[in-house]
Amino acid sequence: MKFVLLFVGTRDDQDRWDQMTPEQIQASMGGAGDWFERFSREGKIAGGEQLQSYRTVTTVRAENGKPVVTDGPFIESKEVIGGFALVNVKDYDEALEMAKSWPAGPVEIWPAVER
Amino acid sequence: MARGSGRDLAGRGTIGGLDQARSETDAAVAAVFREEAGRLTSAMVRILGNFDVAEEVVQDSLVAALDRWPQQGIPDNPAAWLMTTARRKAIDLLRRDRKWAEKVALLERSSVAETESEDRLRLIFTCCHPALAQDAQVALTLRAVAGFTTSEIAAAFLVAEPAMAQRIVRAKRKIVAANIPYRIPEGDELPPRLDAVLAVLYLMFNEGYLSRGSQPGMRRDLAEDALWLCRLLDSLMPAQPEVLGLIALMRLNLARSAARFDASGELVLLVDQDRGLWDARQIADGVATLERAAAQGRPGPYQLQAAIAAVHAEARSWEQTDWHQIVLLYDALLGLNDSPVVRLNRAVALSHVAGPQVALGEVNDLSMALADYHLFHSTRAELLDQIGEEAQARQARLRALELSQNPAERALLEKKLGRG
Repeated sequence: MKFVLLFVGTRDDQDRWDQMTPEQIQASMGGAGDWFERFSREGKIAGGEQLQSYRTVTTVRAENGKPVVTDGPFIESKEVIGGFALVNVKDYDEALEMAKSWPAGPVEIWPAVER
Repeated sequence: MARGSGRDLAGRGTIGGLDQARSETDAAVAAVFREEAGRLTSAMVRILGNFDVAEEVVQDSLVAALDRWPQQGIPDNPAAWLMTTARRKAIDLLRRDRKWAEKVALLERSSVAETESEDRLRLIFTCCHPALAQDAQVALTLRAVAGFTTSEIAAAFLVAEPAMAQRIVRAKRKIVAANIPYRIPEGDELPPRLDAVLAVLYLMFNEGYLSRGSQPGMRRDLAEDALWLCRLLDSLMPAQPEVLGLIALMRLNLARSAARFDASGELVLLVDQDRGLWDARQIADGVATLERAAAQGRPGPYQLQAAIAAVHAEARSWEQTDWHQIVLLYDALLGLNDSPVVRLNRAVALSHVAGPQVALGEVNDLSMALADYHLFHSTRAELLDQIGEEAQARQARLRALELSQNPAERALLEKKLGRG
């Protein structure tokens, strides 16, 4: 079964990263890369990316049938999505174990619709 | 149950006999449900492979039994009656299922007797899965494992029935939709998952215990059911010291329950209780259970709380209570789990060793953490009274009254405020 793990960060974190060198960013990711590597080896990762800053995000929605484009994420919040992984595992508990071992902040576990 | 029938007899003497007969049937039905519901749900989950549907057909069967049994009597083989009813309801529900024929064949062949103890354990762990909110864990455990009906759970937790039904439906849908597995956790995973189960059982117990005597007419007693579930857990998963610790804690509290309310139904605090009303046998059982737990040399929060309850239970009077021992046990508890509520309780014990002024200092340190906790304010009120600060005590008591939900506790506060 597939789950999407959303990695949650804060705007402040992302703003700090914008000021860092690539080496500093690497160090402050605290093992996120190792996490991806480990579960990829175990064949549990079907996809995933680290995302750029919320400052680069655009929202498109329809207003009176016409698309409206606005700067910034759809949901205004201190928390932002810093990345995601699409995981393919046996059951919920496996996804939960993966989320628990994520080293870089909160994780939301979203089960995917099965067809 | 005993509590219900006693009340009925006292309250409505002329039809007491009838009420007693009814409450005896109620108790017998409750005992059957308690024994059979979890087994039947486990069997149905195994057969149907869908937690939501399985739990639903069992609940429908229990409701059908509640409808029939009080008039027609409990059948000779209630387990078989429930299984047959559940099977019929399942077949109705399965008509739209792709694997209809296969599952119906399985239903025809299966019996509850095949339910392994591991199945029931799986059921308990699924109901108490950390992906579900704790109030949903409690409701689901009561329904699926202990055979409560939704309306009984709603009444016990003072929640409207549709809201409780909604809570249960959402939890079950999450189990199925998110593919929460029906399994017993292993290895490193087990201790925290067992803690979650014990937390649910303890919450259930407290809800029942605190409202004992203040909710007449309840067919089932949450506190008794929580103890029963805990003993079931012990039989399925023997020699877990914290499970034994919680059983001991429940027994030691239940032992005092006859002394907790006076003739007019008002709450009596430990200090004022008639210790002659305490159940000596239940105390002895509780202490023996605690000793079995302690023999394993793996202390935990429930064992320590049970040990504190045991010190109270074994004291001949309030004055003869070994408060030093109690303070030491609270220190040990804080070492495992430093929480403001434990600190508050420790401060009460400390007041008997070091005096109210010292204890009040400790309590005041908790004012941020426990600002919305009614027992913080009522404890403060007691200590303020002891040092003669009556005006401040009154303020604290008014705040406690604002925050308290429990009718018996509210009545006691009103009384102390001179409104009773």
